[in-house]
Amino acid sequence: MKDSLRNIGAVVRRETIGFFASPVAYVFIIIFLLLAGFFTFMVSGFFQRGQANLEPFFVWQPWLYLFLVPAVAMRMWSEERRLGTLELLFTMPITPWQAIVGKFLAAWLVVAVALALTFPLVITVNYLGNPDNGVILAGYAGSLLLAGAYLAIGAMMSALTRNQVVSFILAVVVCLFLVLAGWPPVTDLLGRYAAPWLVDAVASFSVMTHFQSILKGVLDSRDLLFFASVIVFSLFTTSVILRTYRAG
Amino acid sequence: MVEVKDLRKEFGPKVAVDGISFSVAKGEVLGFLGPNGAGKSTTMRMITGFIPPSDGRVTVGGFDMAEQPVDAKRLIGYLPENAPAYTDMTVHGFLTFAAELRGLSGDAKRKAVDRVVEMCFLEAVLHQSVETLSKGYRHRTCFAQSILHDPPVLILDEPTDGLDPNQKHEVRTLIRRMGESKAIIFSTHILEEVEAVCSRAIVIDRGRIVANGTPAELKRRSPRAGVVIVRFAAPTDAAAKLRTISGVESVDPLDGEPAFAVRGRNGDLGTAIYDLAVSERWKIADLHAQEGRLDDVFRSITQPDTKEVTAR
Repeated sequence: MKDSLRNIGAVVRRETIGFFASPVAYVFIIIFLLLAGFFTFMVSGFFQRGQANLEPFFVWQPWLYLFLVPAVAMRMWSEERRLGTLELLFTMPITPWQAIVGKFLAAWLVVAVALALTFPLVITVNYLGNPDNGVILAGYAGSLLLAGAYLAIGAMMSALTRNQVVSFILAVVVCLFLVLAGWPPVTDLLGRYAAPWLVDAVASFSVMTHFQSILKGVLDSRDLLFFASVIVFSLFTTSVILRTYRAG
Repeated sequence: MVEVKDLRKEFGPKVAVDGISFSVAKGEVLGFLGPNGAGKSTTMRMITGFIPPSDGRVTVGGFDMAEQPVDAKRLIGYLPENAPAYTDMTVHGFLTFAAELRGLSGDAKRKAVDRVVEMCFLEAVLHQSVETLSKGYRHRTCFAQSILHDPPVLILDEPTDGLDPNQKHEVRTLIRRMGESKAIIFSTHILEEVEAVCSRAIVIDRGRIVANGTPAELKRRSPRAGVVIVRFAAPTDAAAKLRTISGVESVDPLDGEPAFAVRGRNGDLGTAIYDLAVSERWKIADLHAQEGRLDDVFRSITQPDTKEVTAR
């Protein structure tokens, strides 16, 4: 147990160094903050609404992450395959799981840093009004879980190929599917042709459905379980893909 | 230390490694020879646990690679082919990361990194990014990573590839020195390297072992081995007389010279020729027995049309 934490820690440190040594982390954080600001203030009209909550900030997250998070995840394994360092990593005395979890956590950390840097928004709403900070906290937790789910999917896709562009596009497509399955315009359209239970079943696979329910301020165990299972399933699939790749 | 038994690897319909068995003990340096695509790298990848074998087993220091991979991998230092390294790290950062994965921390980690930096002459590039390194430096960085934890088993896939002659010499010296206390397997294309470094060599061709012995034993299998070259100071018609020496099988004149290549089973061919020359009053300019050459052996046993040489 102590060994495995130490190994995961070493991988997290290496990956974080990698993120901040290359421009990936900085570009991600800056673009994320700029776009989040643009949508929150210009498109949603944060000030004009006259409501003390962060909804105009959070509603854009599934779309914003759709393009930014796969960009963070795309190099995770494809770069290892391209450089041949996968061979180095997997002949070290660590288990594949430790490497997979370590890499995932490091990428998650980068997203968490970006998300944490939106704290001026929290200060602003608290200065201007009396928001329900519990709801805001739930929003941040939901946002982090959402990013984690996208990252895990991105990790899975990047294990599939040595080409980062391919891994990026595949991850965007899978994430887009998970968004659209619960996006009201799509569910409305489906509702015209399919039985309501079917529409609900499809929508329950969507990150949108679960993310929006968290945004209401309720951390329902079903929503948490959903995000946790997407993450675990994707990382498990990553390990299967990597094992298959090594077996040739 | 390393025990390889009936190792086999198939990639789809292609058999890359076809039933290889051997073992390497402590204090042995095993050279791995073979043409490109013979299965050298695949075998090494299976020994180090990167690729799972289709069949057969690998044991390192008593640990089965399939059942206790982490324990087995702890004992191995590995330099993969092409010496991969994380290009976004500095040399120091990379070695520190490798040391951490090897379970070193604090003072032990610092000391281990300092030791290999000195051994592999990396001081000059210590804080340079791996991406900007020349091939020689990158290679040595990856090599340094493999000996960080002073492993009892060292597996090196073409450790001198891409190095200049001085660096090659350094690496060979290092391998030979470390070979006294470790079990080392290394692959190479360079045959002098085998003679200079190995205590034993294995030649593999198309996934099978075709020769296994000390470099001297292998050289003796060369068709050239034991042939005596005699060169006279003046042209003679010695051929007929040379043939009369007992045990001589053939005497071939060498082009344009008063010289002959004498081949025979007589172990003391040189002395017999000398005695004959003295009694016939021929003046000898040069008389020597040829050594077998590894590249002859290598060519003859790894080519499909000269298969009979492999029968032994």
